[in-house]
Amino acid sequence: MRQAFCNGLVQQAPLPEFVFLTGDLGFKALEPLRDAMGPRFINAGVSEQNMVSVAAGLARSGMRPWTYSIAPFLYARPFEQIRNDVCLHELPVILVGNGGGYGYGVMGSSHHALEDYGCLLTLPCMRAFIPAFDSDLAAIIPALMQCEGPVYLRLGLSEEPKGWVIPKYAPWRKLLDGGGSVLAVVGPLVGGILAALAELDEATRPEVWLVSELPLTNVPPAFLESIRRKPKLFVVEEHTAHGGFGQMLAHYLAAAGQPVHSFVHKHALGYVSGLYGSQKFHRAECGLDPASIIAAVSVQ
Amino acid sequence: MDGRLPASIAQAYATNLIQRAKLRLLEMHYRSKVGHIGGNLSALDILVSLYHFRLGPNDKFVLAKGHSAGALYVTLWTMGLLTDDDLGMFHGEGTRLSGHPPLRGIPEVVFATGSLGHGLGLAAGLALGKKLRGEPGRIFCLTSDGEWNEGSCWEALIFIVQQKLDNLTFIVDLNGMQGFGSTQEVANLDSLADKFRAFGLTTMEIDGHDVDSISSALASRQGPLAVVARTRKGCGVSFMENQMAWHYLPMSEEQYQQAVREVTECGKLSATA
Repeated sequence: MRQAFCNGLVQQAPLPEFVFLTGDLGFKALEPLRDAMGPRFINAGVSEQNMVSVAAGLARSGMRPWTYSIAPFLYARPFEQIRNDVCLHELPVILVGNGGGYGYGVMGSSHHALEDYGCLLTLPCMRAFIPAFDSDLAAIIPALMQCEGPVYLRLGLSEEPKGWVIPKYAPWRKLLDGGGSVLAVVGPLVGGILAALAELDEATRPEVWLVSELPLTNVPPAFLESIRRKPKLFVVEEHTAHGGFGQMLAHYLAAAGQPVHSFVHKHALGYVSGLYGSQKFHRAECGLDPASIIAAVSVQ
Repeated sequence: MDGRLPASIAQAYATNLIQRAKLRLLEMHYRSKVGHIGGNLSALDILVSLYHFRLGPNDKFVLAKGHSAGALYVTLWTMGLLTDDDLGMFHGEGTRLSGHPPLRGIPEVVFATGSLGHGLGLAAGLALGKKLRGEPGRIFCLTSDGEWNEGSCWEALIFIVQQKLDNLTFIVDLNGMQGFGSTQEVANLDSLADKFRAFGLTTMEIDGHDVDSISSALASRQGPLAVVARTRKGCGVSFMENQMAWHYLPMSEEQYQQAVREVTECGKLSATA
């Protein structure tokens, strides 16, 4: 997804207000952007707190700053700068966290982002974008260049199933019809799940929805209608339960007085065995891999 | 005003101005029964000098040591940018004038600060924004000395030097006292000026209670510039000077009256007296 991200930003490089700050990351990925941006591409060094404060100052001066780092270095370490300098002032600073969820795999827990959008969405005016596919960025990036407040963009690894036609980007997309339950997924892990579910009988497999923007707004009536009609609602995300999409959706439905027959939340569980491995390994430990999801939705 | 008035008149004007500001600051803190008066008194000469003699229409200021908001409010009052009624609401219910600079309601406050270690990075962003946009003007920032315990200050310092932000000047209110002890006892960074020079920054050391010194230092355009201003916590009130307690304590009526008498009778005290 980094290449798609870089390509999308290169197209925005001529905008004179656009300024890009990296926390000393982007080797073998962001060089085209660096070359296109000239002095508006700034390596702020390994100093995320200062990078976020500088971005707030830049935004206050009329620039449109994007900041970039490995996700936890950008949302966890400088959290107070995000809170005080960016969000409380409602400034249009874009925080780009690479490696959402267990994206950095065996690199270890310091590099994982399991509570990123949950933490950030507690802050005023913050919005989170979680693209699932590379092609989503072509729609998201120009929109973020016009945003009026702070945004967190969580990048992952696009897992687009082969031969699949991805529907045009939207905050909510129905990706698969099915006569079974309802499955709502956040993030790129939907790709692997989709590929596996597509092999199942349409009459019994779940209907799959993909959510790419939080907090929840404009929940599609068709999704709510499906919940009313179908026996179970499954929510899947590579994020902790606390502050995650599952809690947001449960809150939304409760506040709307919408009954849910059965609610199953599959989410990141941290480090189940205490061992490390690839993103695939950690997803499997949490029951977030396609096989575990199929097993879960198959239980009557 | 430099160059437009004879020095003696300018000095008299500044002395009267600061005395008036100091009395108003004391009254404001006394009536609202809040502390932080010590650090406000150490910063007041710097703020008044900056606003009256240096800050131009294209310039911006960030108060990194947000706990000196009272001194900033009084300075803005001397500029006619806040009213007596505004100051009367300091620390009150439904006020714009909170204990640290507010998010909105005062156009001259570019950033709400209060948590230490944010202001210099914010100022660096403003300075970089001006340079990228090709805009004239300078960015000024006032930090405390205890604030330099924060790692983010050093992050900002590295960035300012690396990015050659020559339109940025920051001042350190070096009063030698911090939250729970002297700066030497808590986390000795002496000498801050030497450390700034070691980072490659043009650095000046001045008497932070001498208007001419402050004004001259801030006139320098050899940026990025660090101005280490030696000050006294509680400056101008004998029983407050260099006393830890006045980082926190509100004044009793008796203490307030004594402070007013001292400021009224003595006028501005020189840091070197």
